[in-house]
Amino acid sequence: MADTMQFDLVSPERSLASLQATAVQLPGADGDLTAMPNHAPTITTLRPGIVRVESPEGNAEFAVTGGFAEVTANGTSVLAERALPVSEVTQDVLDGFVSDAAAASENATAENLDELAKRTVDIAAMASELGLSVKG
Amino acid sequence: MPNLKDLKNRIESVKSTRKITKAMQMVAAAKLRRAQEAAEAGRPYAERFNAVLGGLAASSGGDSAPKLLSGTGSDQVHMLVVMTAERGLCGGFNSSIAKLARAKAEELIASGKTVKMLTVGKKGREQLKRDFGDQMVDHVDLSAVRNVGYDNAQAIANDLIHRFNEGEFDVATIFYNKFESVISQIPTAQQVIPASFDAPAEGAEEVSTVYDYEPSEEGILATLLPSGVATQVFTALLENGASEQGARMSAMDNATRNAGDMIDKLTIQFNRSRQAVITNELIEIISGAEAL
Repeated sequence: MADTMQFDLVSPERSLASLQATAVQLPGADGDLTAMPNHAPTITTLRPGIVRVESPEGNAEFAVTGGFAEVTANGTSVLAERALPVSEVTQDVLDGFVSDAAAASENATAENLDELAKRTVDIAAMASELGLSVKG
Repeated sequence: MPNLKDLKNRIESVKSTRKITKAMQMVAAAKLRRAQEAAEAGRPYAERFNAVLGGLAASSGGDSAPKLLSGTGSDQVHMLVVMTAERGLCGGFNSSIAKLARAKAEELIASGKTVKMLTVGKKGREQLKRDFGDQMVDHVDLSAVRNVGYDNAQAIANDLIHRFNEGEFDVATIFYNKFESVISQIPTAQQVIPASFDAPAEGAEEVSTVYDYEPSEEGILATLLPSGVATQVFTALLENGASEQGARMSAMDNATRNAGDMIDKLTIQFNRSRQAVITNELIEIISGAEAL
């Protein structure tokens, strides 16, 4: 059994990571899941949250605002709408996420109101996990 | 024959034109590198996205499929999204897109369809306004945007999807220039709504993988399709950006060369007339001396 798998994290604007990982924790829309080598093939959508990667070279964390992940037996790829290393998430960046989510909620229709409200909550949860706070 | 002073002025003015085109060419070359890098950085995302979405779409056809995938069942109203540059002086870049869009629009109108147009970038709007001014529904101005980001694409895509849900059109096609090389950009029309996917090239093995879907196949499809539109728009914007700089670079290279040729020609003409003037003066002097 292979003990590492290929992990790729790409956003539309750039490719953030491409490395061998032993485990990847993903913020799935229906709950967190951890992908390890030889995981059953899965496609899941993501909620705003943190992707944690464990690799032989050390661990890395990335904040994502949504998108989806494709897990196969020998690799995991995360296609994030927006993604950046946790170290780059400052209060300013977070405020940007929050105001985007708020702007989206204002134009919400009845059917996606729940979804957008959940998004705002998820961002707040992500913020507290990072030791930052959401204003207002 | 123009007099010497005129010629001299003319040479000076062509020289300064050459300096400007040369500078524009170098600026375009620098921007081209950045635009090309951006286009390349965005490629893995788009490729994977389309692969996954294509697989999903193939497996979940049928009546339950979202409208963004299956369409409204008619193709009466077409939305043409024409993406061009905000600036000119880039050779045939803007005209080639406008030409393609115009041909498509005329073809659709001739077959009795309704055409609506949404323009991105000022130049395309200017070229198409005269013929299709009444069909234009909106215009997206990107002149204030320095580097095109995913946000811009998302805004355009959201607007499109909103209009689609309101029933404003049945089919949307985007027009842009695909970047092939510095000297070759291919005007391309791509249908984005209902979604169309290229058949996976080496798809045989990929299709055989059966995925688990979370939350559900339909749920994922419903979330991903709007992003799929945004991704296609974003790819088109990036390709367009690189094409624009490439086209400008080669146009300005040509202009610089033409200015050089012109300077050479004018200089020869200038020297000839100078010589003629001198000869003339000598003749006058000699004949004056002879007359004495």
